[in-house]
Amino acid sequence: MKTTAIILMAALALGGCGNRLGGGAGGAGAGGYDPYGTGAGYVPGGPSDPTSVAYFQQSIGDRVLFAVDQSTVSPEARDVLAGQAQWLNANPGYTALIEGHADEQGTREYNLALGGRRANAARDYLISQGVAATRLRTISYGKERPLQICSTEACYSQNRRAVTVLAAGAGV
Amino acid sequence: MTPRLTTFLRALAALLALAGPAVAQDSPGPLRIEITDGVIEPLPFAVPTFVARNEGAGGLAQDITRVIAADLANTGLFREIPQDAHIARIGSFDAPIQFSDWKAIGAQALITGSVLAEGDGRIVVQFRLYDVFSEAPLGDGLQFAGTAEGWRRMAHKVADAAYSRITGEDPYFDSRVTFVSEQGPKDARQKRIGVMDYDGANVTYLTSSDAIVLAPRFSPDGSRIIYTGYESGFPRVTVIDVATLQKTTVGGVDQNMSFAPRFSPDGSRVVYSAEVSGNTDLYALDLNAGGTTRLTTAPSIETAPSFSPDGSRVVFESDRSGAPQLYIMPAGGGDAQRVSFGEGRYGTPVWSPKGDYIAFTKQNAGRFHIGVMRTDGTEERLLTGAFLDEGPTWAPNGRVVMFTRETAGATGAPALYTVDITGRNLQRAATPAAASDPSWGPLLR
Repeated sequence: MKTTAIILMAALALGGCGNRLGGGAGGAGAGGYDPYGTGAGYVPGGPSDPTSVAYFQQSIGDRVLFAVDQSTVSPEARDVLAGQAQWLNANPGYTALIEGHADEQGTREYNLALGGRRANAARDYLISQGVAATRLRTISYGKERPLQICSTEACYSQNRRAVTVLAAGAGV
Repeated sequence: MTPRLTTFLRALAALLALAGPAVAQDSPGPLRIEITDGVIEPLPFAVPTFVARNEGAGGLAQDITRVIAADLANTGLFREIPQDAHIARIGSFDAPIQFSDWKAIGAQALITGSVLAEGDGRIVVQFRLYDVFSEAPLGDGLQFAGTAEGWRRMAHKVADAAYSRITGEDPYFDSRVTFVSEQGPKDARQKRIGVMDYDGANVTYLTSSDAIVLAPRFSPDGSRIIYTGYESGFPRVTVIDVATLQKTTVGGVDQNMSFAPRFSPDGSRVVYSAEVSGNTDLYALDLNAGGTTRLTTAPSIETAPSFSPDGSRVVFESDRSGAPQLYIMPAGGGDAQRVSFGEGRYGTPVWSPKGDYIAFTKQNAGRFHIGVMRTDGTEERLLTGAFLDEGPTWAPNGRVVMFTRETAGATGAPALYTVDITGRNLQRAATPAAASDPSWGPLLR
């Protein structure tokens, strides 16, 4: 009994971690995500379930990265976004909020605008891949929600990102 | 939560000139500091503890004296001669001054005063400023009356009068600053809007930390604060009434984000940025009539707008040339002139209240600077340099700039700093927690 409890706790901790990495910076809920679903084997809604939010986050990739000051979608980012579009097209019961982020090298205002550019660049690419515009919204957090907190390029490169956060719903 | 200043404002009596003990000087005497001089020797002053005119005034007399001394000394323009070096005592506010006693300790300015605690919770503060070497008062004596809880404001008024008479500049100590108080780790920072006296006293908070709040800016009369808030989940320009804490979202439409707002000098208009389909442009909102005007239509980022003091022009930041630079255009939109041409990236321009300078953030070679330039872009002068300095705001007299300085790394945190426009006297401002995005309000009345 004791062992089982420990394993369950470990799974919970992993689940929490995964949620943090994949979830919205503003706490926008990733609807339908099952935090218990990180255990071994197929669990409906778990990361091995291709229709799950966890699968979207972990296997397809919910984020794309950008170069300094840029909002151009790189070839690597295109691959990720194409996968996101495919998933969204196959799972019409979800909408997405695309969060644009910047690293801390820049003023607050400029970074808000830059995050807006990045989120929209990702959105435009998803639309070009057939996702209905009505299912996609954007928001910028500028430099307010870094993922990595060091002050070197190793962290900055992870912070210059657009994250696609899913929510259950049919869109507007 | 109602800030004390509003109740105090009602209670503060008009300034009442007292007859000085000697003939007041019409023109400034030899006691004078020119702030624009690059390096100056701080002027030595003495401020013996104000005379308590009755028993209840003793503690306040001491407190008021210390705030006056701190106001003046913290400018870097003045140096207090410690009280334990004084050889004379001021036993009565109206007793003749023995100037030789003050000369002997090297004091060039002497401030004397008294405090009377009236029975109804009100106090009366009197003060005189003397030029020790010419053995004469500098200006008339002054008297302030107000509530005891507003004692710090009366101290600031005294220090403001002394500062103005000696420097010839407008006062600024009796003023407030709004800012963002920050708590928590860097990747989950909690922010709320605070208001404090310019010296960090009397902090109150206007918002909870439930939503991200950014860059609050005072209205010209200090009664409202405009900021970017994520209360709805999306960034919106929001006005909060300082007295009632009532919030109103203004400008922008639901699907877009709006941010970087500032009031016009008469408080009737707001200029801000809105992002539509990834493109950020400038807009102006008439708060009375309600109409919105789009000011720019470029595909580049246009943000961080700030009005000229006469309301006729707007300085802003744009990357239309490839990297962020500063531009000036008519307040109603139209042709913009680029004004920054130095190396690096320029942002968050703020027009000085006197109209003589534009303060800005500059990013160059991996460092951030706060700088000032003339409104035609000449005479650029960097006042600071650090890992991350940004977001200058002007003291009401246009001679001091406050800004955010954030330290690097995982434990990095922001704090507020002030610096003179000469680049002298860099000082950290006292705040109870980490703080960013200061906006200096008007001189209080």
